[in-house]
Amino acid sequence: MSKYTSKSGKERFVRTAIYVFLTALCIIWLIPFVYLIFQAFRGESTSMVTYIVPKQWSLVNFQVLFTETNFLKWYGNTFIIALCNAVLQTVIVLCVAYALSRMRFKGRKLLMNIMLVLGMFPGFLSMIATYFILKLFGLTSENSVPGLILIYAASSGMGYYIAKGFFDTIPKSLDEAARIDGASRSRVFFRIIMPMAKPIIIYTIMMAFIAPWGDFMYASLISFGHEQAYNVAVGLYKWLDKEHINSYFTIFCAGGLFVSIPVTALFMALQKYYVEGVTGGAVKG
Amino acid sequence: MKKLPELEYLGLPPIKQFGYNFCLFFAELPSNFLKALKKIPAGIWKLLCAIGRFFAEIGSIFKNGDWKTRLSFFIMGFGQFFRHQIGRGIIFLTMEIIFVCFMVFFGFDYLAGMGSLGEVAVEKTLNEFGLEIITYKDNSLKILLYGVLTICFIVGFIGTWVMNVKQNGLAQKLIEKGVRPKAFKDDLKSLADEQYYKTLLAVPLLGIVVFTVIPIFFMILIAFTNYDYSHLPPENLFDWVGLENFRTMLSTDISGSGKFAYTFREILIWTLIWALIATFSNYFLGMFVAICINRKGIKFKKVFRTILVMTIAVPQFVSLLLVSKMFADEGIVNNVLMKLNWITERIGWLSTPDLARIMVLVINLWVGIPYLMLITTGVLMNIPADLYESAKIDGASGIKQFTKITLPYMLFVTGPYLLTSFTANINNFNVIYLLTAGKPKTMAYEGGAGSTDLLITWLYTMTVTNNDYKLAAVVGILVFVVVAVISLIVYNLSPAMKNEEDFQ
Repeated sequence: MSKYTSKSGKERFVRTAIYVFLTALCIIWLIPFVYLIFQAFRGESTSMVTYIVPKQWSLVNFQVLFTETNFLKWYGNTFIIALCNAVLQTVIVLCVAYALSRMRFKGRKLLMNIMLVLGMFPGFLSMIATYFILKLFGLTSENSVPGLILIYAASSGMGYYIAKGFFDTIPKSLDEAARIDGASRSRVFFRIIMPMAKPIIIYTIMMAFIAPWGDFMYASLISFGHEQAYNVAVGLYKWLDKEHINSYFTIFCAGGLFVSIPVTALFMALQKYYVEGVTGGAVKG
Repeated sequence: MKKLPELEYLGLPPIKQFGYNFCLFFAELPSNFLKALKKIPAGIWKLLCAIGRFFAEIGSIFKNGDWKTRLSFFIMGFGQFFRHQIGRGIIFLTMEIIFVCFMVFFGFDYLAGMGSLGEVAVEKTLNEFGLEIITYKDNSLKILLYGVLTICFIVGFIGTWVMNVKQNGLAQKLIEKGVRPKAFKDDLKSLADEQYYKTLLAVPLLGIVVFTVIPIFFMILIAFTNYDYSHLPPENLFDWVGLENFRTMLSTDISGSGKFAYTFREILIWTLIWALIATFSNYFLGMFVAICINRKGIKFKKVFRTILVMTIAVPQFVSLLLVSKMFADEGIVNNVLMKLNWITERIGWLSTPDLARIMVLVINLWVGIPYLMLITTGVLMNIPADLYESAKIDGASGIKQFTKITLPYMLFVTGPYLLTSFTANINNFNVIYLLTAGKPKTMAYEGGAGSTDLLITWLYTMTVTNNDYKLAAVVGILVFVVVAVISLIVYNLSPAMKNEEDFQ
């Protein structure tokens, strides 16, 4: 250890430089959050002001947020969407990944190539048609919560890559041994692969739960004009346009803070699975 | 370009291997392209043969079939009923009934209307009081969408029909041999075992067909119509216009209608620059931060890491919207700087074209560095420490250690991530839309585009704000072409993506 703790002048300089750099970085990264918190607890005036630290601390913004606006409704919508999406998307992704990773059948390569090509179209391109298809089922505007769940879940089959990559690393001999013992494919899936795939299941659930909180593109089109059916992103976005910003800016900050809490908590708790997922299991986080 | 022998190639350091692959790919592009062209006639011939064989098979089933088999060509499931396959028979018969009902009551009208996309949009009649009554008749949009749905239905039905015919042929043959054909019960059992993939894939694929394939097919068709703000159903009809929209978007003369083409080219170039800079600046700076934090002897590692990771967790629409307000003309940044007397005039951080472009790249660093820091930290910790030990003993400097050990290892593990994040950045809607919404607008651009617009945000503006669906569809298709070409190159360059069986 003595090699690393030697206090040569150069080493000390490098270390100081790194500390300064990292501290500066952390300050820059924290500024928006400090600003967000300060604004959320500011008692005077609801518009943007020219100073950072509030003159009067209060909870009035939260009070307005929960009693006078539709925020709780939006929050509920988003929470339901996120929860359903976490379940459905995980099931779908695992099914597709298992089928493509463990089974060999006619048209498998073709199917994978088709999904690859479909994934290259910008998602937004298909939105107009998606909108009209949903409208056909009556799942737009006021019913946009089930509609959004359906869209997110329906297209999630194409995001099977990470889970498939994980399944690919589980030795095939395990399956074969079980098959020789007379287990059917479905038994192998539930009894052997599933218990081993815990990290990737957690990763998929986490990503599927977090994604709907930030979706603006789909939600804004599907729930267009129906305030009751907004998700938090669309609802809060509207508060920052020219007509609303002066009476809603601090309330936006309060809402933003409130949205960040569950997502941040979840992410912080499960971040090691995130790293493992993104690097395809190459790194055990 | 000279091709290196295998051994010599393996002797190169990874970076040079990549460079070699890169050069080789472009050097071989023309010859590969020619090869692919030469394959086309053979491919068509093969396809024709397959089609021929298919019809021959169906024909022979009909010719050799007994009356049960022949009748089930017209009444699906008929043969199955007489061969102790009641379950299968019921399913096929129901499908046929549903299909016929669908076509008679719904599909046929729309299919017939596909050619003209409707004749009369609005009919005005006078009622008995002399007031005008407006009745909406043909709706081009509905005709097109339901037409596409009907086509999908027909394709699905043909598939079922073929399955039905083949099953009958097989069952007849088996009975002639004295073997009892499989019953419905066996089917169910096999769906949990040998054909388990069918069970697993059925629902996900249905979802993909309904909410991805049909919409994309529909939008590709829209690109060949004149569906825009002046042809909005139900008041107006739109019609097929052939390749005119593509001509508008790709024409080379700058004057008049060529402005769209100019806008498209400018935005395409900016999109590519953005994706390139955004991806690589995040990658290297994120790695740099991770290396700093992981350096031996640095304390508070956890604190630094946690603070940075927090920014990932906060939903982007909160942090980005807030940052966009902070950098607004009247925003807090300008106010603070003015109070400190560092500037005398407000700076248009996000409202001056060139500065706005730089700012979105910088703010994107703020978004992206924590992600990369998180990922690369994990990878860095996985690099065997003895590699560095021995490098140190051999007297390698810090920079040398980085270029010879850290970087190759990182590129190897995070290569696929790097490549997918490049294409993801081409379609990075959130950062641009939430920060600037594509603004500042310029007079030089057509179609409501602004100077920070990417193709994807321009697409959004064109559809949601301008209702210019036909050109949006064209832009969407062109985005696909760009992404597809880049992915193809990348796919060819990275061995890790091709050899999926390597690990098994």
